[in-house]
Amino acid sequence: MEWYLPVIWAGLIGTAVAIYVILDGFDLGIAILFPFTREEEDRDLMMNSVAPFWDGNETWLVLGGGGLWVAFPMAYAIIMPALYLPVLGMLLALVFRGVSFEFRWVSKPRHRKWDIAFAGGSIVAAFLQGIILGGLLQGIDVADGQFAGGPFDWLTPFSIFVGLSVVAGYALLGATWLIMRTTGPVRELGRRIAPWLLLAVMAAMAVISLWTPLIIDRIAERWFSVPNILLLWPIPLSAALLSYGVWRWIERGHNVLPFAGTIGLFLLGYAGLVISTMPYLVPPHLTFWDTAAAPASQIFFLVGTVFLLPLVLGYTAFVYWIFRGKIAPGEGYH
Amino acid sequence: MEFDPVILARIQFAFTVSFHIIFPAFTIGLSAFIAVLLLMWMATSEERYRRLARFWTKIFAVSFAMGVVSGIVLSYQFGTNWSRFSQFSGNVIGPLIGYEVLTAFYLEATFLGIMLFGWNRFPDWLVTLSAVLVAIGTAISAFWILAANSWMHTPAGHEVHDGIAYPLNWLQVIFNPSFPYRLAHMLNAAYLTTAAVVLAVGARYLLAGRHIGQSRIMLRMAVGMIAVSAPLQLIVGDLHGLNTLEHQPAKVAAMEAHWREADDSAFVLFGLPDEEARENHFEIAIPGLGGLILTHEWGGTYAGLEQFPEDEWPPVANVFFAFRIMIGIGLILIAMGVWGGYLWWRGRLFDNRLYLRAASYMWPLGFIAILAGWIVTEQGRQPWLVHGLMRTADGVSPVPGASVATTLALFVFIYGIVFSTGVFYINRLINRGPKEEAPTAHEGMPNRPISAAEEATRDATGRGPAGAPGRSLGNREG
Repeated sequence: MEWYLPVIWAGLIGTAVAIYVILDGFDLGIAILFPFTREEEDRDLMMNSVAPFWDGNETWLVLGGGGLWVAFPMAYAIIMPALYLPVLGMLLALVFRGVSFEFRWVSKPRHRKWDIAFAGGSIVAAFLQGIILGGLLQGIDVADGQFAGGPFDWLTPFSIFVGLSVVAGYALLGATWLIMRTTGPVRELGRRIAPWLLLAVMAAMAVISLWTPLIIDRIAERWFSVPNILLLWPIPLSAALLSYGVWRWIERGHNVLPFAGTIGLFLLGYAGLVISTMPYLVPPHLTFWDTAAAPASQIFFLVGTVFLLPLVLGYTAFVYWIFRGKIAPGEGYH
Repeated sequence: MEFDPVILARIQFAFTVSFHIIFPAFTIGLSAFIAVLLLMWMATSEERYRRLARFWTKIFAVSFAMGVVSGIVLSYQFGTNWSRFSQFSGNVIGPLIGYEVLTAFYLEATFLGIMLFGWNRFPDWLVTLSAVLVAIGTAISAFWILAANSWMHTPAGHEVHDGIAYPLNWLQVIFNPSFPYRLAHMLNAAYLTTAAVVLAVGARYLLAGRHIGQSRIMLRMAVGMIAVSAPLQLIVGDLHGLNTLEHQPAKVAAMEAHWREADDSAFVLFGLPDEEARENHFEIAIPGLGGLILTHEWGGTYAGLEQFPEDEWPPVANVFFAFRIMIGIGLILIAMGVWGGYLWWRGRLFDNRLYLRAASYMWPLGFIAILAGWIVTEQGRQPWLVHGLMRTADGVSPVPGASVATTLALFVFIYGIVFSTGVFYINRLINRGPKEEAPTAHEGMPNRPISAAEEATRDATGRGPAGAPGRSLGNREG
């Protein structure tokens, strides 16, 4: 048995999901911030700052879902029915916000409904992504290799809290992106709102860090047993220090550091989640070894991925690079 | 109230896939058209090519957005609604979908950013290269999707243990028996569909006396494409039919509403298939022709529906009528190609008003033919989900019918709004038309939202460059 193949694939899919959360996180975040300004030109600028990227960003969501099907078909076949309503709800919300990128301009000057669709679709999508995460963390009912629970098992106070946390987190990514990429009133909006969002995100991370061990024994065991607790305490500590750093960077008017620091916070939070759930893909029943695809399938896809993923990362970086710099009204892109 | 999850999941998938397929079909053709226009512009420095490419890029942007969002839905629907199928086939067709993402989706999505927003900002060659890469990406995407879909029709290169399919030979999985025909038929359909739209738009402008120079380019390119592609599609379709007869004979019997092998293999021009009576009412048929088409031999016979167990029959009437709609549209397009080619040869392509008027109604034909063809091939596979290996009823998720009904209602409602609005906006862009004059200073101008579609609207709404005047937003930072 090629025991290492599922590990490699779990790592790759985990990376794809992390990249998705950060990249689509900031462009969903821009839309979540739409209601905080009424000025048309501010909204134009906010949308323009992500318009060339959102499509590529969202492709990581397809790789995450598609990759799960390729490498862990059994997990895919259990998780999707278990989270049926939030998954389809999220996709429908993404429909609204995806078409808004084009529809909003074509419908000008009567674009208000597409402003609402853009912000509303993004808020709902972010919230449901949090619900999906929360639903997965708290565990899925499995019998005979199939989902055996009810249609609303995912709906708990915990998952709703995670949903709200994700909305706040994406909004923080969006706000710090605006600080980095824009000037004028839009940048001011980002600077004004980012500290509040940072507070909300810190609170959310603290609450989730305490809530999960309280409701799930295996996570408590993972974090608070010796020697784990000695090895793992740097994670919450770095999160606390980094939060303080982001706070100061926003205050001092740095351009890039608040966004970079927020990405760091996301990665630390993500590491915490991975440590809590590893090696379960369908907690608390199935590990990534239990649900892995046939080795022949994992190898076939891995061979291509080794060559193609660096290529994809390369031209993604290229596009971000050529559209780099401040975008401001009166300038367009540099 | 009881809901049947199988029927509902089928309706939901059919609905979302039908909505989705028309956009990729259009954008595969349109991206190739735009890439060719830009290459011609690079080669000749003719400004008209550039402006025409720019105009179609706006329409492409709106269509592509609708294709993307509806496609992401499909990629997850395999898991939400067809989880048993996902588990059964994941080892075999999962990697094909994975390769589609890695080789096509990223390519399209990433370079689309440059193709839409790079005008006047990056070198011309980079925009042109991006358009070419997007066009290649859409075709690669079709390659993988059709490989996966063809495997569901003519599975090969696998073995099944304990209810799960395992790959044995990847080349056989990808290049399964019906794949080459299906890919050629679909790609050609996409190019034809787009050509029909371009033809209709060019003809409308000419009839209205607008955008003459650019309309002539559109008309020539579209007529050239249709004159070659439409007859080619007939040949490819015929070969595909022979292949289907070999691998899915019950589908062919349903396409022809052919009940008994002994029925002298007539070609039914019209009839009302009746599954209970096992015959066609009001039938008008040409004796022997069906056998000739399908076996390439006068008087050749092929299996009738009665030779298959009744629980393996596809829904006969749907497949029968959809097939005739597809063929009828194919013949109309062949006629338009021949007629247009003749007029072009005589030098009267641009002033034969009868032809232009006929051409101006051609735009929906390709879409209807694609949807009809989709019904023939997908409903024709029923009751199988993977032909001979898994029945549709066994592939569905363990999800309550009420959940599927709820999401189906949402899909119908939301897609209804989004789809009709998108078509409305595309029509608005077409009415606006391409720019007549040379690009003016405001093309690269400040305050301009970077949407490909925006520029055209601004003229119509009488506003200046979007964004009200006034507020000074200086304070540039490094």
